[in-house]
Amino acid sequence: MKTEGITALPGRVGLSTLKVLAYVGGLARLAGESAHAVFIGPFQGRRLRPQRAFHQAMAVGVKAIPIVSLISFFVGLIMALQSGYELRRLGAMQLVADAVAISIVRELGPLITAIIVIGRSGSAFAAEIGTMKVTEEVDALEVMAIRPVAFLVAPKFLAMLVMMPCLTIWADCMGVMGGCLFGVAGANFTFASYLEATRDALVLRDLYTGLVKSALFALAITAVGCQEGFSTGAGAEEVGRSTTEAVVISILMVIVVDLVFTALFYVTSGA
Amino acid sequence: MNDSVGERPAISVVNLRVSYGEREILHGISFDVQQGETVVVLGGSGSGKSTLLRTLVGLEKPSGGEVWIKGVNIAQASEDELDEIRKKVGVSFQDGALFGSMTVGDNVALPLREHTRLEESTIEIMVRIKLEQVGLASFEDFMPSQLSGGMKKRAAVARALAMDPEMLFFDEPSAGLDPIIAAGIDELILSLKKAYAMSMVVVTHELASAFLIADRMLLIDRGNIIAIGTKQELAASSNPRVRQFLDRVPEPQVEDELSYVKMLTANRETRR
Repeated sequence: MKTEGITALPGRVGLSTLKVLAYVGGLARLAGESAHAVFIGPFQGRRLRPQRAFHQAMAVGVKAIPIVSLISFFVGLIMALQSGYELRRLGAMQLVADAVAISIVRELGPLITAIIVIGRSGSAFAAEIGTMKVTEEVDALEVMAIRPVAFLVAPKFLAMLVMMPCLTIWADCMGVMGGCLFGVAGANFTFASYLEATRDALVLRDLYTGLVKSALFALAITAVGCQEGFSTGAGAEEVGRSTTEAVVISILMVIVVDLVFTALFYVTSGA
Repeated sequence: MNDSVGERPAISVVNLRVSYGEREILHGISFDVQQGETVVVLGGSGSGKSTLLRTLVGLEKPSGGEVWIKGVNIAQASEDELDEIRKKVGVSFQDGALFGSMTVGDNVALPLREHTRLEESTIEIMVRIKLEQVGLASFEDFMPSQLSGGMKKRAAVARALAMDPEMLFFDEPSAGLDPIIAAGIDELILSLKKAYAMSMVVVTHELASAFLIADRMLLIDRGNIIAIGTKQELAASSNPRVRQFLDRVPEPQVEDELSYVKMLTANRETRR
C-alpha cells in the first residue's frame, strides 16, 4: 500500500501538471478565437459587434469608477501612514510622497484595480456565461450559427483591454491623492508641493510597466471568467461553483502574472 | 454527391453512434426524414432522444455513422459548413433558451441582424410577422422573464422561424405545460406544418401530442430504434417494449433475490 502510494506520486504530479497546462491552453484558445473574431473576422464578412463591446466597457469600466476611486484613495492614505510611521523615526518625512508614488504607480494601483475588477466583472462573466450555459442559451447561439466566443467573449476582451489601463491610471491618481491627504495634514507638504514631489519621484517607466501589467491582468481575468463560465455543468449550483472558481483562479493568475513581469522588468532594468 | 436530387430525404441518419466519454448513448441508429414530413421521436427519459436531437443540430459530435442534412454529412463537416446549414435550420429548445438580457423582439431579430444585411425597419416588420404567427403579437417589448412558460416556447418558435428555415427541430415542445397550453403548442406546430411544408423533427414523450402531429413516429429505447412507422403502424405494433410505452405500463420492479442481495452488500469500490 505504501509503495503503491509512492509510485503513484509521479503519475499524479504528471496528471495535475497536464491539467494545468490544458487549462492555460484553454485560456489561450479563448483569447485566440476572440482575437480572430475582432481582427480577422470582419475581413471575412463576419459581423463585428462594437455596441456589445461598448456595453461591456460601461459595465466593467465606467461603473467601477466610484469603488476604484474610494479603495485606491484609502490604500494611498494607508501607504502614506505606514511609510510615515517609519520615515518619522528617520526624520525623512519629505520622502512620504516618493514612497507612496512609487508603490502605488508601480504595484498597488494595477493590483488593486485588478482585484476590484475580478470581484465585479470576472465573477460576472462566469455567472453570465454559466447561466446561459445552464439555460441552453449558449447552445441556442450555436444552432443560430452565431459563434459563442465571438458573440460573448470577444466584446469582453475588447472592453477589458481598454478599460483596465484606464481604471489603473485613475486608481494611480486617486492613490496619490490619498497620500496627499496625509502629506498635507501630517508632513508639512502643501497640495502643490506634494504633487511636485510625486512627479519628481516617478519616471515614465514606472507608469508604463504598471499599464503593461494591467493590460495583462485584463487578459487573464477575462479569459478565466469566460472559461469558467463555459465549463459550467448543469444546474444552478454549478453557476455558483464556476463563479467562485473564476474569482479564486483569477486572483492567482493575476499574482503569478504580476510576479513574472515584475521580475522581468527588474532583470531588464538591472543592466 | 447527390444523384437523385428530387427524392433526396431532408435528413438521413445512417448508423449513428454517439458517446459521452466511455458511455455510448446511441448504438447505431438509422432513419430518414422526407421533405415536408413531420417525424416525432418518442422515448422515455434517458432513452437518448434528446442526444439524438442535439446531434442532428450539430451540438454533439457523433462517435460513428453519418448524418446527412441537405447533402452535407454534418458528422464530418467543418464549423463553417455547419454554420451554413444552421442558417437554414430552426431549433426550439425545451425551455425556450431565450436570451434573458434581450427583449422578445430582439431575440427574434438577432439571427436576422447577425446573418442578413436587412434594414432595421425591415427587420422590425419581420419580427412582428413572426411573433404574430405564433400568437405573440404586441409582446415584442417584453423581457423573456415576463412571459409564461407557454409564451416563452412560442417566442422560441418565432425565433426559430426568423430565418425562414427549411427544417424545424423541437425539443419537448409540451414539457412542463398544462394540457390546454400544450394543446395550443400542438396546434401551432400543425399550423406551421400546413403553412410552410417544412420538414420537422419533434422530440417528445407526450403520446397524445405525438399522435396528433406526426406523419411518422420512431420510438427510441436505450439508444436503439425499436419501432418506426406511421401512427397506425405504431399503434398496431406487438413489440413488448413498444406496447409498454404506448400503454404506459411502469417498469417492473422485481429483480431476482440474489442480485438484490448482491446490490445491497456490494462495497463501493467493486460497484464502480
